[in-house]
Amino acid sequence: MAEIRKADGLIDWLDQRLGVKKLTKVLMTEYWIPKNINFLWAMGVVLTALFTVLVVSGIFLLMYYKPDAKMAFDSVNYTIMQEVAYGWLWRHIHAVAASMIFVIIYIHMFVAIYYGSYKNGREMIWVSGMLLFVVFSAEAFSGYMLPWGQMSYWAATVITNLFGGIPFIGNDVVEWIRGNYVVADATLTRFFMLHVFLLPVVIIILIVVHFYSLRVPHVNNQYGEVLDFEAEEKKYLEGKKKESKVIPFWPVFLSKDIFVICTFMIFFFYLVCYHYDFAMDPVNFDPADSLKTPTHIYPEWYFLWSYEVLRGFFFSADLGLIAFGIAQIIFFFLPWLDRSSKVAPAHKRPAFFIWFWLIVLDLIVLTIYGKLPPEGMNIYVGFVASIAFLVLFIIVLPIITIVERKKGGVQ
Amino acid sequence: MKELKILILLIVVIGIIYWGVEPLAHSIMHPKVAPADYTFKDLKKMDLSTGDAQKGKKLVEENCTACHSIKSQNMPAPMDNASAGAAYGVVPPDLSDVGAVFDHNFLANFIKNPIEATKLTHKFGDANPYPMPAYDWMSNDDISNIVAYLVSIAPKSLTDKEVFAQACQRCHSVSYDKTYALTPAEDLEKYLGAKAPDLSMMIRSRGEKTLSVFINDPQKLLPGTSMPRVGLDQKAEKQVIEYLQKVGDSKKPQRDALGIKIMIFFAVMALLAYAWKRKIWKDLH
Repeated sequence: MAEIRKADGLIDWLDQRLGVKKLTKVLMTEYWIPKNINFLWAMGVVLTALFTVLVVSGIFLLMYYKPDAKMAFDSVNYTIMQEVAYGWLWRHIHAVAASMIFVIIYIHMFVAIYYGSYKNGREMIWVSGMLLFVVFSAEAFSGYMLPWGQMSYWAATVITNLFGGIPFIGNDVVEWIRGNYVVADATLTRFFMLHVFLLPVVIIILIVVHFYSLRVPHVNNQYGEVLDFEAEEKKYLEGKKKESKVIPFWPVFLSKDIFVICTFMIFFFYLVCYHYDFAMDPVNFDPADSLKTPTHIYPEWYFLWSYEVLRGFFFSADLGLIAFGIAQIIFFFLPWLDRSSKVAPAHKRPAFFIWFWLIVLDLIVLTIYGKLPPEGMNIYVGFVASIAFLVLFIIVLPIITIVERKKGGVQ
Repeated sequence: MKELKILILLIVVIGIIYWGVEPLAHSIMHPKVAPADYTFKDLKKMDLSTGDAQKGKKLVEENCTACHSIKSQNMPAPMDNASAGAAYGVVPPDLSDVGAVFDHNFLANFIKNPIEATKLTHKFGDANPYPMPAYDWMSNDDISNIVAYLVSIAPKSLTDKEVFAQACQRCHSVSYDKTYALTPAEDLEKYLGAKAPDLSMMIRSRGEKTLSVFINDPQKLLPGTSMPRVGLDQKAEKQVIEYLQKVGDSKKPQRDALGIKIMIFFAVMALLAYAWKRKIWKDLH
């Protein structure tokens, strides 16, 4: 046991028992971040803030929400929205944050792709991040169902039906997931458990893993420069702050992030109070009706691109399902599909730069056409965009990066 | 400067996605229809200027009160709601307020030929008669006398809820306001061929604009629906929507008032954070 002396204050008292000073150093003041980063690197902290907002608002909603097919709709739309003081605020915060978190996740992901942060030693950061994305998707989907509105009910029906495509055991799997032959009360209660307990716990664990995965290979920077972190932090600690290429997480890195978060929150609360419907499908304000299919069924905006890959192969449901399956996992393999190991931002890699913007463009097309009704020209646009997505990842990316490597890397 | 460029690029990309997923998709899934027509152009214009309320009163007593009540004139309904629902399929409306809620020319045309006026020819006819008979055998003068009488007994102003009760409550409930349809649900379902939805959340699922077009002429947005064109004048329709707004979105005033305060709070926080960031980072460059 450590030697305990009379403490000269609360911090000292805690330090002697819990080593809080060491802990703050490891986690905050001597956790080094490269200096040459832009505000895009603040997205990680924005995501952490948004997730906290989701957890807190979710706990408030949990107090009044009833996970029962007969009561769920009214408990949200009447009890929480109208009877509970400021219940509407928590609900809108929760719903808008759920959508905004995907905006930020996509930005975070594409920043990593643009600057090559998934490559050469940072694969685990990328893989744990992608795992987070997948679990966040499940979390969003299970939560979307809870108000038991018309669109969420039918979206749940369509999505759970997808598992029917699994060979041999498909139908049993669908029934097992739903707990019934159709989406019904049993489905609602189990999705409720997943949404408020199991998935959030998994997300928290994955966030810890994701943060930890940054500690050894360190955060990437704007130029993909390989830094000698030990030498740089020594310079910083000696007071040569201007020369040092690194900064501590607290207070330097966070001071910029807090500014970004506050600015983001102005926009966020504009949405919460004046434009909450940007993220809420109006059809969801009709109670779920298992006897009446809505004219158009589509998922939330952040799933539209993969939904369009599923629909894109309009002539074959099986091919669509296979493509959809590939689209779900293809991002995981990015570090290995990119055959050039040198880390550099996309504008220093001409072919990759074009590839990057083609992927962004293709995903935008997929997202937009994922919402439009599948008729006329739309189905062909969807088909071409779906094929393009797979070809860009599986064929084009390895080829251009092999050529890049043979030419001797980046310019 | 470089960061500003990145920000602009981000806003452009997100803006394009938003435009595609919201306004564009919406305009394709819900093609534009003509705006609400409060003059009911398709109906014949009847001359109502010479209507005589006194003569109208007699005609109403002879022709209408066998089925309709006029509570404000102490004329009770001949049947209770349950019996009326069973007999007609839907409870006949009380006539006390109709002159204040419906367009007068629509009302005249409705008396003359209810199926035409309500645009329910696809639903009612000889095989399936409409509960109210057409008074097309009546002269236009008599009809204008009836309208004059109904207008003369109508109150000058009604609350939003009273307008709603007159126009919608025979079929529709608003359970979030503990307002329930007058016609028993089973009779109504038989009569309409479908359930009449509860309107508590309609303001949020359909929105003000769509509702105003829909109430004005349901067939325009939902061809083949059993909902009649009810013939509300512009003011009454506005009151119905006002009522649905108050019930379905009762916290709107609170939301509008609070939003700006939270935004100002974060604007101040952002300024403070920026000043702090400047202070810390000035040693670094």
